[in-house]
Amino acid sequence: MTTRLHPGLIAFAVVVYIFLMGPLIIVFGAALSDTTYLTFPPQGLTLRWFERIFEIGAFRRTIITSVQVAFLATAMALIIGIPAAYALNRYRIQLPGWLSTLFVLPILVPEIVLGFSLLRSVAVGQSTPIFITLLIGHTLIVLPYCVRVVSASLASFDFSIEEAAISLGSRPLKTFFTIVLPNVRSGVIAAFILAFITSINDVSVSLFLTGPGISTLPIQILAHVEQFFDPVIASVSVLLMLLTVAVMAIVERTLGLTFLAK
Amino acid sequence: MLKRFAGWVLSAPATVLVVVFLVLPVAATIAATFIEPAGIIAPYQAFFSSGFRRTVLWRTLEISLITTVISLFVGFLTAYVVARSPGRIKSLLIIAAVFPLLTGVVVRSFAWLIILGRNGILNNFLVWLGVTDQPFAMLYTQWSVIAAMVYLFVPLMILTLVGVLENIPDDVIQASASLGASPAATFRQVIFPLAVPGLIVGAVLVFTGSFTAYATPQLLGGERQMVMGTLMYQRAMVAFDWTGASTIAAIMVVVTIAVVLFMTRVARRLNPMAT
Repeated sequence: MTTRLHPGLIAFAVVVYIFLMGPLIIVFGAALSDTTYLTFPPQGLTLRWFERIFEIGAFRRTIITSVQVAFLATAMALIIGIPAAYALNRYRIQLPGWLSTLFVLPILVPEIVLGFSLLRSVAVGQSTPIFITLLIGHTLIVLPYCVRVVSASLASFDFSIEEAAISLGSRPLKTFFTIVLPNVRSGVIAAFILAFITSINDVSVSLFLTGPGISTLPIQILAHVEQFFDPVIASVSVLLMLLTVAVMAIVERTLGLTFLAK
Repeated sequence: MLKRFAGWVLSAPATVLVVVFLVLPVAATIAATFIEPAGIIAPYQAFFSSGFRRTVLWRTLEISLITTVISLFVGFLTAYVVARSPGRIKSLLIIAAVFPLLTGVVVRSFAWLIILGRNGILNNFLVWLGVTDQPFAMLYTQWSVIAAMVYLFVPLMILTLVGVLENIPDDVIQASASLGASPAATFRQVIFPLAVPGLIVGAVLVFTGSFTAYATPQLLGGERQMVMGTLMYQRAMVAFDWTGASTIAAIMVVVTIAVVLFMTRVARRLNPMAT
């Protein structure tokens, strides 16, 4: 694409990017304000709202729960998602086409419907502890990322390398860990990161699977905003944004940032 | 012998997880609306005979439709600029679109509370400009929900469309120009039709996402601008009316499937590259 762009179009895009970045900068500024209410531009500068996050028990607990759930759900989704992705590529002929659709169902079904249905059938119907149900819900919503991203890197993997190793006497399982997995390492890292971020930020599934005692950070933020309109929320939001920046830095180091655009 | 089932064995855990914890529970939720003692379609009669719930459904459809149209327009023009930017600027613009996308829905919706609140930035700015001396009530209106939703979905639209626009071969555009088409005509008659499949994918993502959203309408619309997502939560967790909540869930699933099927059909008809 080489033709020149109309200056009006460029101006339009600039305005759109200001619109995209502005609100995030405002949250950042509001978190630093030395006032008891949310305001921008900040009046006075303080970091006390960041300390305040950890003084509020509910935030401390939900941050821990969110990180636990994100780690466990992502790990489980990778453990069952990687073999599924492998099967979809390696045994494409023996598996029916609908199977790959089945694995992306968790993105197609409205998350809020999934959350409510898990509450009805699993948490209440089977008296499953709420934390376990929450974990199941998060594993489901991150599974599509794991299967699809790993599948995409397996698609460019030459399975004849694996066959060569096996015909030279390597055991299938050992071959998988020494030959196949290292070759799709970048896909696994990307899947992990996307899944982790998706889980940490999730609202709609967690909404029905939290209660007194167990809650996740986004749900706690929603509850806090209903009662207080103080800069603590802004500082928690900044923490979440810093997490995003960290994640993007990791992706940049390992895969290059253009990867995220795909 | 083992080899014949290897594929099934390896994909079994994921298959079981999705079937047992997604397909069956969601099916059970939908089925529950048809086995009410009051009659097979009683929950739906109850839903559609309530003026309030009909209003909620219409409002949700309206918000989703307006959000989709604005996001399509803004996303397409921006993606066009991004796709034609030189390498370094292009990757910077893509990163700037990915960043909000990776930032959670709650954080991004919350930002709009600071902007649109009674003592928010926009009101302070309008008072300072002298446009008004009384701050406007901008929060908890249909437009505050739409503003935040557009904000939520524009990055997604940009990234979806940049991919599509980049795949349009340069030759096609050069051919159009060398045959005498003005840049505007090339845009309208060559680039736009070729981008239609991407626009449809984007429209489906934004529409279904807005239709089933919870956090954004809850924060910026509250009780006053109840939508399907917030109504469903209220039915289930405040009123403990699980049949009512299940009915809303079933309507959401039907609307989502209908939109996906309808748009795929439109895509097939409009795609000039289709064989």
